[in-house]
Amino acid sequence: MANDPIQQFQINKIIPLENVAGLDLSFTNSSLFMVGTVAVASAFLYFATASRGLIPSRGQSIAESAYEFVASMLRDAAGTEGMRFFPFVFSLFMFVLVANLLGMFPYFFTVTSHIIVTFALAMLVIGTVVVYGVAKHGFKFLGLFVPEGVPGILMPLVIMIEVISFLSRPISLSVRLFANMLAGHITLKVFAGFIVSMSSLGALGIGGSLLPLLMVVALTGLEFLVAFLQAYVFAVLTCMYLNDALHPSH
Amino acid sequence: MFITEAMAAGAEAAGENGGGGAFPPFDSSTFASQLFWLAITFGFFLWFMSKVIVPRIGNILETRQDRIAQDLDKARELRDEADASIAAYEQELAEAKSKANEIGQKARDKANAEASAEREKVEADLSEKLAAAEARIAEIREKAMSEVGGIAEETASEIYTQLIGGTVTKADLAKAVAASGK
Repeated sequence: MANDPIQQFQINKIIPLENVAGLDLSFTNSSLFMVGTVAVASAFLYFATASRGLIPSRGQSIAESAYEFVASMLRDAAGTEGMRFFPFVFSLFMFVLVANLLGMFPYFFTVTSHIIVTFALAMLVIGTVVVYGVAKHGFKFLGLFVPEGVPGILMPLVIMIEVISFLSRPISLSVRLFANMLAGHITLKVFAGFIVSMSSLGALGIGGSLLPLLMVVALTGLEFLVAFLQAYVFAVLTCMYLNDALHPSH
Repeated sequence: MFITEAMAAGAEAAGENGGGGAFPPFDSSTFASQLFWLAITFGFFLWFMSKVIVPRIGNILETRQDRIAQDLDKARELRDEADASIAAYEQELAEAKSKANEIGQKARDKANAEASAEREKVEADLSEKLAAAEARIAEIREKAMSEVGGIAEETASEIYTQLIGGTVTKADLAKAVAASGK
């Protein structure tokens, strides 16, 4: 069914590798767009900065803006020590941003509309936080769960809340991105479907289909905003979680 | 509405152990492939960013920062230089002004001294001339007075001769004139 709003999230095998050590590691349309995302982002950043101009060209200016945007985000959230994670946060931001934006092309697959991808990225963040936090602070890393200035009686409750909030981080981080991309693309597809089905109803339907058309135009603009905003939110939250790894005491 | 329906359908399908009709994001049969390719692509991206792009852009920005700082330093240096030359100029100007004042003062003093000397000289000259003139006037008056006496005597003798006839001695006349002059 062409109008099925879910069809755009279908994963199709391009090169089947169905049994590699018991796992299905087929090269799919999702894999293709992951490669595409990385290729587009890498190529843009590589060629835009190739001339290393003292006075930046337009492309170099964009690359520098992205760099400074992420750098100031990380510095504000985690201080100068946080800058050791800069390549990681920058890669995350650029990957999510470019994946989201590529998904805005009609007939393109949106890598970040699959929960497993966003969850993997979120676990990568939380894993980094836990591994680095424990490696650097050892047992003191658990101070993350013990806020200062809380009366003794409330302590168990507060610690429980802190632990739950920490554990829910990878879920909220991944679901936020996944759900935004999924819902946005479904909404676009549904309204675009209205245009088609209404215009098949004759002259009145064609006139009426102007409304969903305007809606689709407006939603497309909104989706571009969401594509950027979700990449930004993902990066900002990553910075904040990394701050916990660097400074676990509240 | 569509979303919730779709979600429900997906969840149902996923519950039936995957299959073709599953809601794609919850179809666990594709998870391994997605994770595998994500690891490869994101791994490469992370490596490429940290080895090539981030150092490169950092380098560009640092170079620019250095250049700007350098230019600012140079500008500051030039400004200091300009300030110094302005100060030197002002000092020179002040010196020149005071020198000019001094010269002016000197010239004025000299002119004053000369003028007063001249005036004194002229005054002395004048008073000398005045004294000479006064002396001359006195002399002339004296002379005139003595001549007046003579003329009076002569006139009196003439008048006497004409009116009365006979002669009068000069001594008598002089006595009479002197008496009338008193």
